[in-house]
Amino acid sequence: MSTPNTAPAAPGPLLRMRDIRKEFPGVRALDGVSLDVAHGSVHALMGENGAGKSTLMKVLSGVHPAGSYTGTVEVAGEPRAFADVAASERAGIAIIHQELALIPQLSISENVLLGHEEARFGVIDWGATHARARELLRRVGLDENPATPVSELSIGAQQLVEIAKALAKDVRLLILDEPTSALNETESDRLLELLSDLRAQGMACVLISHKLGEVMRVSDEVTILRDGRTVETLAVERDDHGRPSVDEDRVIRGMVGRDLDQRYPDREGDIGPVRFEVRDWTVDHPAQAGRRMVEGVGLTLRSGEVVGMAGLMGAGRTEFAMSLFGRSYGRYVRGALLRDGEELRVGDVADAIAAGVAYVPEDRKSLGLILDDDIRHNTTLAALGRVSTRGVIDPGLETVEAQRMSERMRVRSHGANQTVRTLSGGNQQKVVLGKWMFTRPELLILDEPTRGIDVGAKYEIYLIVRRLAAEGACVLLISSELPEILGMCDRVYAMCEGRITGEVPRGEADQETLMRLMTRTGDPT
Amino acid sequence: MNHPTRTSPLSRLRGLLRGNTRQYGMAIALVAVIILFQVLTGGLLLTPLNITNLIMQNSYILILAIGMMLVIITGHIDLSVGSVVAFTGAVSAIMLTAWGLPTFVVVPVALLLGALIGAWQGFWIAYVGVPAFIVTLAGMLIFRGATLAVLGGESIAPLPQSLRVIASGFLPGQTDGLHLPTLALGAAGAAAIVWIQWRTRARSLARDLPVPSAAATAAGSVVVVAAIMAFTYALADHNGLPLVGVLLIALIAGYAFVMRSTTMGRRVYAVGGSERAAALSGIRTKRTTFWVFVNMGVLSALAGLVFTARLNAATPGAGTMFELDAIAAAFIGGASAAGGVGSVIGAVIGALFMGVLNNGMSLIGLGVDWQQFIKGLVLLLAVAFDIYNKRRVSGSAPILLGLRTRTRKGSGRDAPTRDAP
Repeated sequence: MSTPNTAPAAPGPLLRMRDIRKEFPGVRALDGVSLDVAHGSVHALMGENGAGKSTLMKVLSGVHPAGSYTGTVEVAGEPRAFADVAASERAGIAIIHQELALIPQLSISENVLLGHEEARFGVIDWGATHARARELLRRVGLDENPATPVSELSIGAQQLVEIAKALAKDVRLLILDEPTSALNETESDRLLELLSDLRAQGMACVLISHKLGEVMRVSDEVTILRDGRTVETLAVERDDHGRPSVDEDRVIRGMVGRDLDQRYPDREGDIGPVRFEVRDWTVDHPAQAGRRMVEGVGLTLRSGEVVGMAGLMGAGRTEFAMSLFGRSYGRYVRGALLRDGEELRVGDVADAIAAGVAYVPEDRKSLGLILDDDIRHNTTLAALGRVSTRGVIDPGLETVEAQRMSERMRVRSHGANQTVRTLSGGNQQKVVLGKWMFTRPELLILDEPTRGIDVGAKYEIYLIVRRLAAEGACVLLISSELPEILGMCDRVYAMCEGRITGEVPRGEADQETLMRLMTRTGDPT
Repeated sequence: MNHPTRTSPLSRLRGLLRGNTRQYGMAIALVAVIILFQVLTGGLLLTPLNITNLIMQNSYILILAIGMMLVIITGHIDLSVGSVVAFTGAVSAIMLTAWGLPTFVVVPVALLLGALIGAWQGFWIAYVGVPAFIVTLAGMLIFRGATLAVLGGESIAPLPQSLRVIASGFLPGQTDGLHLPTLALGAAGAAAIVWIQWRTRARSLARDLPVPSAAATAAGSVVVVAAIMAFTYALADHNGLPLVGVLLIALIAGYAFVMRSTTMGRRVYAVGGSERAAALSGIRTKRTTFWVFVNMGVLSALAGLVFTARLNAATPGAGTMFELDAIAAAFIGGASAAGGVGSVIGAVIGALFMGVLNNGMSLIGLGVDWQQFIKGLVLLLAVAFDIYNKRRVSGSAPILLGLRTRTRKGSGRDAPTRDAP
């Protein structure tokens, strides 16, 4: 393709966005953002939730059509105004959203080539389609039969299918919005390697991520957004050991606009005696008889203590937690939950709540909240008894209590009657946390509480958890982010294949030790 | 004054409207359609006789619409209500005529029969997990078949006066001049509503929550009193309040209270809003769904009794298409097919809207062909309007973006001047 305006010796950037401004009712989402992405580079876009990253990418990919924003977009030196997503795809730009857009019942081939089938007069040539899909799967390094339905793949593999689907459209610029948030460590590594491979093939990627570590590993440049403006663009170089030239703290400072002295709050209060104990907890798969998901898990929780549960995805952590929380998952086989040495009868969730157990689920949108209801109703849902007498709700009391809880959780909203769907991810998570704090829990189980949440909101959530522990409650923190486990927990259990593979006190816990325990498959003896 | 109470009436109104556009929109549409037909019929619509007829004609659809609203709020549907109306009506008629049982025995037995039918369907839906559409489609066939079987394909008529009085009786009192008990009841009802309005306001004030100004509340009270008194005056001018009207008022007030103000109602909304989130909040979702269908069964039986009494006959074809009227009323009144949204008052407004439309079109001599055509269009447009509005509010409609930005900019412009002291 000829680009007359640029000398061939020094071609301009693949993408040049200048002074992009975009308003939503009541909010200026983008206030003069500029972004240059060079050919064959990985460009990270960082910023807190609400900084404007996703909006910027929606402008670029035509979700927000030309005319709904101001500023210029140039692709390979040509000014572009995309009217819709199809227009941006024709220009070689593809976006992969956090929520994958695959059709689970269809095969890999069908998904990858959806809309681009190898067909003659509308009749699909399956041989050619599978062959083309196989070639694309090889490029993304996914070794699966193209006829496999997508629903049978892991999330990580589905992500690769999404990328293959983008490659089928001859993309020059691939945008990935939080691609690793649902992936485990191995899958994340694989994805990041793939980005490097694609870069070597001359493709450019824009990577939106909250995970500083992975950004530093793969990106060539980092652009930081804050409050809808570009703060700075940093070039990342790596020395012979792969150490990046840009300091992580520098990036955080840019994102939050101030120094974050610590990413985890100090421990306060004393650790008391054992309050809760789990013995020999064993759970089978809900549909497949005899398939063990959790095997003989035993642990203790002391009052005032934050106990970590580290494990890779699929280790059985969520299954264990949900099963413990009123048998909400799978088939209970055996096991006991004790409080102060006495066994609790927990047949369903209502029993668990009554026993002082609270569970903040991993998937806040579908399990934690009623998205179309407001903050007030979501806050009180698990403890309606606190705002009602003889089954009649006192609406004023409910509003007051919900407002108080929102303030305590530092939820940013227009008020208690705001629909939670319209809140940012971090604020939604604070509402879920508030809902469970409202039950006055004695044991709070947090399942990946900070996934997809920006640095500032993370710290606030950590503070709330710490404060709860200081008040004497027990906290079980499930996380696949090891720095979070190490920064927050007083004691850590490692889990692998449904079993506890080790218990490590804070002093002895480090990433290597935990990772070794988390990957200790099979029988150790 | 404390700062939380200092919200301007305009922004409060806008907030209210934004949250309840469909319901307010439908209330306004109801008033509009009443005025339209009042004009088109040359004043026939709002004569005391016709108002009484309106209540009696629409009573069973109103009863069904309340139950249907609950079913739709939980995210389900019930296609069987028309057949259940016919079946319970037929069984009641048999009990009254062939078995010679007294009405005071037949009524509770019929309601129990409705509860059992609801429990049967609720069992399949809640505990087995068969989609409600399938279960109640089956129910529609099963209970229509059962009706034909018990009636042997023939109608039963006439029925004892003790049953007929349910649908055609009036509040006792003198027969000439204005019916005083009706007026007294209206005054008491108006007083109760005004008292609740002011008590709610006082309680919110005590808690430092934002409240409308005293003038606005007073204006609201005046409207309520005027509306109720005008309505009861019209009825008192005829034969007084029909007995079925008393039944309806009790049902509407009771169900509206349960759905708005009790933990039971809140659980129904939660199950419809997100069944899994509700389950993880300690709500026994299956049990909730089951009881919603039991409730629908009881209300279907009640509608069956009222309809049979009004017709003074149990017929094999009774209640045909009732399910569609009830479903349409619920959706027009603000329910969402996705569940979790809707209100009892909304269902009542929806049913009245359809009722006035039917009645008005009949009065001006429009044929059944055009009536169906227009009702279909109204249902479609009401739901489309709601979806359009939701998109505008949630901001996920790129197609409507230009329009949205314009309207919101307009509303944003007057904001600073409003807040100025």
